[in-house]
Amino acid sequence: MNRGISYTSAFITLLQRDLKIAVRHRGDIFNPLLFFIIVVTLFPLGIGPEPQILTRVAPGIIWVAALLASMLSLERLFKADYTDGSLEQMLLSPQPLAIMVLAKVLAHWILTGVPLILVSPLLAVLLHLESNSYMALMATLALGTPVLSLLGAIGVALTVGLRKGGVLLTLLILPLYIPVLIFATSAIDAAGMNLPYDGQLAIIGAMLVGCLIMAPFAIGASLRVSTN
Amino acid sequence: MTKTTPSTPLISAQNLTCIREERLLFDELSFGIYAGDIVQIEGPNGAGKTSLLRILAGLSRPYSGDVLYLEQDITRNRDEFNENLLYLGHLAGVKSELTAEENLNFNLRISGYDNYQTSDILAKVNLSGFEEALAGHLSAGQHRRTALARLWHTNCKIWILDEPFTAIDKKGVEELERLFLAHADQGGCVIMTTHQDMSLITEPRLRKIKLDYRFL
Repeated sequence: MNRGISYTSAFITLLQRDLKIAVRHRGDIFNPLLFFIIVVTLFPLGIGPEPQILTRVAPGIIWVAALLASMLSLERLFKADYTDGSLEQMLLSPQPLAIMVLAKVLAHWILTGVPLILVSPLLAVLLHLESNSYMALMATLALGTPVLSLLGAIGVALTVGLRKGGVLLTLLILPLYIPVLIFATSAIDAAGMNLPYDGQLAIIGAMLVGCLIMAPFAIGASLRVSTN
Repeated sequence: MTKTTPSTPLISAQNLTCIREERLLFDELSFGIYAGDIVQIEGPNGAGKTSLLRILAGLSRPYSGDVLYLEQDITRNRDEFNENLLYLGHLAGVKSELTAEENLNFNLRISGYDNYQTSDILAKVNLSGFEEALAGHLSAGQHRRTALARLWHTNCKIWILDEPFTAIDKKGVEELERLFLAHADQGGCVIMTTHQDMSLITEPRLRKIKLDYRFL
């Protein structure tokens, strides 16, 4: 009975499992994406079709919608595992918890973050976004949505044991999301005015690196507290 | 309550006190469980059996007291302890979106095993022919068997099982009992709760830890 603890194999096993479950449960992928598309398409109808106004508010609308969509999808990150007992098994497995948690968050980002990034240029057309802002939009979303998933996961891990954790979750993580929102929209605005935006991107990148390193441990510790 | 054996206990409880919902479930509970022991935690509903098992597994922290694995605190030595622990709670940890085979595969892979034949293991729990069935479509007993299948491919010493016989038919219970006995004979230990009578594992072999329902 061979037994070897391999971090990569644990990571890949968990990632594959989560993706497989999501494919069999498609609503989980489409709901946040649909929410994102609906919110963004409603704005031109609500505030009128003038290109100048839309161009001015486009970065904010897309980013706020992305942020809310990511928050909506967060709840399911650990909930199902908590209710069917697989979370307990994860906590008791000999693999390091941080690795497994990172795999789960990555799966969550692939399912909810990546579709958002892919569909965003299309929505940007709807909102008359400056043509030189497209790269900035994609870049901020690519760097920013993983930060949202990682930070959000800490909140979810803390509230997974509560029956109605939704409101508390929002209150816990929204303040942490705000810096990402500020720097991302400021980068897109700067790009629209043909100014350099590497500074803002660098800051979001730094947040991503910081979260990648520290969030898995925080998530793991929070899960242990929640299942106590 | 402790047996006098020269060897060190695999797992031992020291002065465990557990308080849930402002009710004292047990206090100053101490015992040692040695290789070869099969221990049943007994008590009425609400006496704290599951809480005790969760504390022993390291999932919950006791109000006071320690759980020791080979005389070392499990909170300090978690990795080593987890490598030797197989815990099955009353929630089976079986994903209904995955097939029986995928569930078993995941459970074994995450525990670090490779080189196994899922079909052979599933055959041992009478799930041959259901490998491709989604766990959500299986009966309650088969669902439980999917989780129990791990017991047939493990080298963990300590088994902590919360109501392992729920929804399992008589023949299945007997097979499990035989497996527990074999595991104990090979130097492992089984700690479990059950309200069912066992036919093979009986008094001299079976140790019991009694918990009473308290009103304070």
